[in-house]
Amino acid sequence: MLSEGVTLRAAIRQVLQSHRDGAATILSSLLALEDALGYIPPEGIEEVAELTHTTTNDVWGVASFYPNFRFDPPCEHTIEVCWGPTCHLLGAPAVVKEVLDALGLANEGDTPDRSITFKFNTCLGACAQAPVMALDHHLYGRLTPRAARGRVEALKGSPAHRR
Amino acid sequence: MTQAYNSLKQQALAHQRQAASRPRVRVGTALCGFAAGGKEVAEAFRQQALGLGISATVSEVGCLGLCYAEPLVDIQLPGGPRVFYGNVGPEEVRGLVDAHIRGGQPQWDRALAVIGSSFDAYATALDDLDMMQGQVRIALRNAGHNAPADLEEYIATGGYAGLDRALSGMTPQQVQEQVAASGLRGRGGAAFPTGAKWRFLTGSPGPTKYILCNCEEGDPGAFNDKGILESDPHTLVEGMVLAGYATGASDGVIFIRHGHDGPIERAKKALEDAYRAGLLGKNILGSGFSFNAEVALVGESYVSGEETALMEAVEGKRAMPRFRPPFPAAYGVWGKPSNINNIKTLAYVPEIVSRGGAWFASVGTERSKGTAILCLSGAIQRPGMMEVPMGMTLRQALEGLAGGVPGGKKLKLLQTGGPLGGVLGADQLDIPMDFDAMARAGAILGSGGIIVADESACAVDLTRLLMAFCQYESCGKCFPCRLGMTHMVEILERICRFQGAPSDLQLLEQVGASMAAGSLCGHGQLGFNPVRSALRSFGDEFKAHIEGKRCPAGVCTGEYLTPCRSRR
Ligand SMILES: Cc1cc2nc3c(=O)[nH]c(=O)nc-3n(C[C@H](O)[C@H](O)[C@H](O)COP(=O)(O)O)c2cc1C
Ligand code: SF4
Ligand code: FES
Repeated sequence: MLSEGVTLRAAIRQVLQSHRDGAATILSSLLALEDALGYIPPEGIEEVAELTHTTTNDVWGVASFYPNFRFDPPCEHTIEVCWGPTCHLLGAPAVVKEVLDALGLANEGDTPDRSITFKFNTCLGACAQAPVMALDHHLYGRLTPRAARGRVEALKGSPAHRR
Repeated sequence: MTQAYNSLKQQALAHQRQAASRPRVRVGTALCGFAAGGKEVAEAFRQQALGLGISATVSEVGCLGLCYAEPLVDIQLPGGPRVFYGNVGPEEVRGLVDAHIRGGQPQWDRALAVIGSSFDAYATALDDLDMMQGQVRIALRNAGHNAPADLEEYIATGGYAGLDRALSGMTPQQVQEQVAASGLRGRGGAAFPTGAKWRFLTGSPGPTKYILCNCEEGDPGAFNDKGILESDPHTLVEGMVLAGYATGASDGVIFIRHGHDGPIERAKKALEDAYRAGLLGKNILGSGFSFNAEVALVGESYVSGEETALMEAVEGKRAMPRFRPPFPAAYGVWGKPSNINNIKTLAYVPEIVSRGGAWFASVGTERSKGTAILCLSGAIQRPGMMEVPMGMTLRQALEGLAGGVPGGKKLKLLQTGGPLGGVLGADQLDIPMDFDAMARAGAILGSGGIIVADESACAVDLTRLLMAFCQYESCGKCFPCRLGMTHMVEILERICRFQGAPSDLQLLEQVGASMAAGSLCGHGQLGFNPVRSALRSFGDEFKAHIEGKRCPAGVCTGEYLTPCRSRR
């Protein structure tokens, strides 16, 4: 994360420098920035274009294609709920509903206080434990709506997650 | 045997002998074990052992396939049997450490299974578990047994012997002949003969040529690619170097979706260790053959698993398929000749080279050799991962190994081979699992994912969900796919809201036909499969929604929240 006194642009350069092993591509650079900052600021787009000898237009083209990227600073926590067919069959819709309700959200997005982001995931890879969700990349399976709500409530107010 | 390999092997065996003098605890922490709480259980074992001053090795292992029993733990005392305990909670750990490790008393009444022939009287032998019956474990031979990030354990259990054999006594041509003789066909979906594919690359000019390993695994319901990466990544590394040697390639890229941290970390560690041991890089095992490999991450995109889209993503662009020709063997990633194989395909190669193509070809059916690596999930007693000979019937796998549908309910449908694969009805269970028989039945074996739905599911609702996935994941390059998928989702949504018209079924057929005819890649070409196969087996259910304005299963309420591409 950003340490005190370092400008955003300097931090971005630092991240991109340390990821230059092998062929740095637009995508690999963007993923490295997303991992380090949790989002892609406009300065990030510019720096990636410079590093990869492309235009900001090229970089936006890639950044807007993959749903990994966000373009404003991240919330403290992320919740991903699987909507894959196995999870769907075993009760994901009720889990989604309960989690959204606990967050006061109607769909994907950030809570108004910007503490938690809710996202769908097409398959978290633990289908045998369906329904599954991930809180800050920690997987929880065999969920009931009640258990899911309990996890979400416990997440609220817990210290911010950093990768 | 090369001298270099011999010394690696001696080191590895010494390391194993030393490790065997301490109690060992294995805890499954692949994605399924993780989701069941395996990481917490492993941590509890470490804490308890530390607290009691016991020196035990706690290994986080991959997936044995018994996902229904996760968190799965096995404990082995020096010279003793391996005793498996299923569904272990962190609160039980203290008792197990105390009784089994400190007290030397396995808790037989709590045990799920055992490995150690003289202990069969106390617990079921692991191989006698219903879920293990009839399995032939080739690609999964080490999964759940070996510590995945431990090169020495891999070598001590026979790893890199195939590579050593090839480099010390076989020409590239001979390696290729063995792979051709094995009858191996690609496990990424299209079932193309691997030997033939490798010949294309061999004929292309070097010096820079790529072996790409596809671990994108975007199919929901499939977790065997990630399972191999997490359980035994060196099998893949060895298979890849062998593919490089056989085809004269210089570079390998392992392609994994960003976000699956466990599989990514284990793959990276395996590469690092292989480099350090001289199993990758320059002059491998002193043979003069050199090969480099790295991991490339891709953003979330299902279509990035398509071979030409994958090459675009490796180059850092949008994962949109290319026009063919030129084919990858002539013009692949960075414009260089490339070969793309699924990780399962490559994971078979070390054993094929070690034991011979004819041995591999002795497993399976006439035209589908070897094994099928299945991921069973959904309404099934024992969800998990299994490796069975090609030709086993769906019924045998689902009812025999996995225990059938739980709760006294009836099986309704199977969704196989990923969202594009199609659905099968309960009357199609006697189909043998091989590429051709499955295709004749209107489904595909594909990646090996099998999702089971019982009678409480609605076939129309599930079809709507599968099409929503396909729409969400269309890369948008060609309009028959991009708009066709969107149109089909709209139609299916209105059928699910009981606002469909009888003409909607023909409309679906029409849109599907234009998608099949006018799409660039398999995503659009096969995108009608889920609808077509559901209409064939469950036409009455569609009619009930359209004409009767009701959902026989009571699932459709008109209310659902499903992401759509427009959010991008
Ligand atoms: C839309 C689409 C998605 C695909 N996704 C994957 C995938 O996730 N993994 C994979 O191995 N193959 C995938 N494939 C198949 C690949 O294009 C390619 O055929 C395969 O990786 C070749 O490996 P094989 O010869 O070992 O089967 C996909 C194909 C299409 C059309
Ligand atoms: S068929 Fe669909 S996924 Fe494939 S290239 Fe065309 S738009 Fe993209
Ligand atoms: S379908 Fe939900 S984890 Fe795979």
